[in-house]
Amino acid sequence: MSIIRLERVEKIFGGLRAIGGVSFEVAPKQIFGLIGPNGAGKTTIFNVVTGVYQPDGGKVVFDGTDISGWSPARVAARGIARTFQNIRLFRAMTVRENVIVAGHKIHRANMLDAVLRNGRFDADERAFTDKADELLEIMGLRELADEEASSLPYGSQRRLEIARALMLEPKVLLLDEPAAGMNSSEADKLEDQIRFLRDELSLTIVLVEHNMSVVMSVCERIHVVDHGETIAEGPPSVVKADPKVLAAYLGEETPEAAIADLRAVHAAATSSPESSS
Amino acid sequence: MTELVQQLINGLSLGSIYALIALGYTMVYGVLKLINFAHSEVFMMGSYFGFFTAVGLGIEHYESIGQTFPLYYAFVVLIAAMAGAALLGVTIELLAYRPLRNAPRLAPLITAIGVSLFLQNLATLIFTPNPRRYPAIIREVRYELGGVVVTNIKIAILVVAIALMAGLHLLVQKTWTGKAMRALSVNLDAARLMGVNTNRVISSTFAIGSALAAAGGILFGLDQLTIKPTMGVLTGLKAFVAAVLGGIGNIPGAAVGGLLIGVAEQLTAGYLSPDYRDAITFVILIGILLFKPEGLLGVVRPEKV
Amino acid sequence: MKWLLRAAVAAAIVGALWGLSYVLHEHVIEYVVRIAMLCGMNIILAVGLNLINGTTGQFSIGHAGFMAVGAYTTAYVCTQLAPEVAGVLGTGFLPDAVVFNVGLIAGAALAAATGVVVGVPSLRLKGDYLAIVTLGFGEIIRLLLTNAEFLGGATGFSGDNPTGLSPYTNVFWVFLWVVIVIVVIRNVTFSQTGRSLEAISEDEIAAEAMGTPTTRLKVVAFTLSAAAAGIAGGLFAHLQGSVRPDDFKFDRSIDMIVMIIVGGLGSITGAVIGGIFVGVTLELMRDLSEYRLVLYSLLLVIIMLVRPQGVLGKRELSFSRLFPKKAAKPARAAGDEKP
Repeated sequence: MSIIRLERVEKIFGGLRAIGGVSFEVAPKQIFGLIGPNGAGKTTIFNVVTGVYQPDGGKVVFDGTDISGWSPARVAARGIARTFQNIRLFRAMTVRENVIVAGHKIHRANMLDAVLRNGRFDADERAFTDKADELLEIMGLRELADEEASSLPYGSQRRLEIARALMLEPKVLLLDEPAAGMNSSEADKLEDQIRFLRDELSLTIVLVEHNMSVVMSVCERIHVVDHGETIAEGPPSVVKADPKVLAAYLGEETPEAAIADLRAVHAAATSSPESSS
Repeated sequence: MTELVQQLINGLSLGSIYALIALGYTMVYGVLKLINFAHSEVFMMGSYFGFFTAVGLGIEHYESIGQTFPLYYAFVVLIAAMAGAALLGVTIELLAYRPLRNAPRLAPLITAIGVSLFLQNLATLIFTPNPRRYPAIIREVRYELGGVVVTNIKIAILVVAIALMAGLHLLVQKTWTGKAMRALSVNLDAARLMGVNTNRVISSTFAIGSALAAAGGILFGLDQLTIKPTMGVLTGLKAFVAAVLGGIGNIPGAAVGGLLIGVAEQLTAGYLSPDYRDAITFVILIGILLFKPEGLLGVVRPEKV
Repeated sequence: MKWLLRAAVAAAIVGALWGLSYVLHEHVIEYVVRIAMLCGMNIILAVGLNLINGTTGQFSIGHAGFMAVGAYTTAYVCTQLAPEVAGVLGTGFLPDAVVFNVGLIAGAALAAATGVVVGVPSLRLKGDYLAIVTLGFGEIIRLLLTNAEFLGGATGFSGDNPTGLSPYTNVFWVFLWVVIVIVVIRNVTFSQTGRSLEAISEDEIAAEAMGTPTTRLKVVAFTLSAAAAGIAGGLFAHLQGSVRPDDFKFDRSIDMIVMIIVGGLGSITGAVIGGIFVGVTLELMRDLSEYRLVLYSLLLVIIMLVRPQGVLGKRELSFSRLFPKKAAKPARAAGDEKP
């Protein structure tokens, strides 16, 4: 029983097949990696799943419902939250306000309540603050709650995006390169935070990431795409050894040459996790 | 049937004026993603530049003795007005838009409105708010073919407009400046990184667009017989709608859009009621925004997320 | 307890306005009082427009159209209603108050409804297109009013009396509505709705991905904004004694934009200051006659070039602490608990 299922999803941009029939299933409470070289179509897959783009073929099934072609807001309300590769925070708002914006599950008061500033409105505002602070605590941002979002360092901005996504109380969290721009200790902490979210909040997590050290250590299953097509899927140990994956990543002519190169890279990567990009 | 042909001819001649103005909107939008509200005032100023050049060349004398204004003088009027408007357009860009190149998106839009108002009020101050009769740069000759009346002025409007649009097409497709303009409209930053002097290309865009608007201004004066400082408001708006209709940023689209708006306006005036000739433009605008916001010839560019 | 306190504050405000109105109308020259009332209307217009152009980051340049809808509706409703109410309540303050406020609310409601009609199709589009649609809409309204014979056509509407529309508008009503509009819009701005609107203006795609119904909220903001313009229109109608289509030309929309630019896009206190500034400046510049509009438009350009975010910027002025900000920034209260 899967919580997210892609069935031969296609997306075409003016004649270019950005995704050409990708299918995969993510089990509930799984940490699922989606990897591939630059331009492989990973972010496009996220955009199709979250309704930013309409698929040109195939369908996306979430929790038994076909959600292909839904609007982003509807997908989000239904239970799929995301972060963005190129950080999209509400820059002039405070860290806490950024999180509260996604507080639709808490929101009870309507506009008339807000105008009257009645008990329902006050209760809402208290609940917003409490919930937001709880999530900021999880992501290690509680101290920065009143700062302007744009003033945060890069790594903190990425974590704030996760906190904001969590405010939706989603079932599935899509993380688009959460470790990009983080140093190795931040990345290590991120791994713990991702596991915490799965274990304590029962989230299913789909991860697009170029930092192989993070991907290999945190993901239970990995799906590899290249040029918009699936080239491999399996647990990290299997994917890591797949010649097609190596060839895709290293752009080598033959799997044998790729394996030779990879041994060197892999040795380096285990000693310093930042070396992959 | 003759009625319909008559309306179509009038519509095409009016539409070709809209098309000339629409080109300026669409070119500037193409490179800067800015609605250049001041463009309607450049059109108006261009018309006045033509007026004063003709007066300077002694057109009142020719009229008073009943002689025809020499044809090469008519060309001088056209060229002078186009040059004056080009200079005005470049100056507006330099002083009002360039400092705001990296400002929040609303800032240049508001500035454009401000410049538009400024020029309009300045013109009212200098030229007086009273309408002026446009001098007969070309003396009207009427031809009648099976009940359809065609004047040489309508023909001249079509010929001049088509010639200018053909020239623009060649310029955009064949010259280095044209290629640079197209490059800027795809990605301004990339063009800059490729060594294109973006400021110079933007200035050229404003110069060309403004010159075409001035040509439109003279043709408008010939067609409508009077001009006034507020003439740019409604005409400019219609031309902008023409650009949106054709697909903003798309040069052939602006031409097609202009002609369609002109014809639609004439047909509405002729068959419904002259009261609605201005309203039809807005109906078209709302319709196109609702059903095909990218315009007839425009393409949908998915936003990068 | 809270509500009792609020009732007391409301009563105090009403009392103060009543006193102010009395003093101004009885003891200050009419010219000054008139400018004060015009400034009050400007505040309503600016605070309303700021919600859509400032907070939400959309761009309407046709708000004169909504003002026109409100002005004509209020004038028409009051003209129709006055004899009926007089039949029941006689004449005096109470019937006038009933007629005028029913008229104003009707004007606001119709302006809001027009806002929905204009907003639903156009707010799905990007900012620039909205600007053009609202501009076109403003012109269409003027065109319709000019052709509406039952509203006097181009000569305008001034009711059934030879003296024009009843002079209901006074300092009390103007500033009572100023207070109502500011309180409503401030409370909406500093709530989840307001945060979402700000999020839309910051990054619409991210706002949508966070489940924000962006189009619906933009329409809500646009509608509220239109309703405020409608009220200002109604007040204006009964100050002037007549309404003409030419009272609501594009220039008036530009006035509103200048107000919020002077005040700083996105700031309510700024909008208040901008409204007063424009009201007073236009009056002072009247002597310059034909140079007035040239200078005015030049001022607009220079402000944008020097301070694109508006003269006073986005922040609320410090005296805005007069309004408790508890709900607006619960952040502060919680943050203070730290040792």
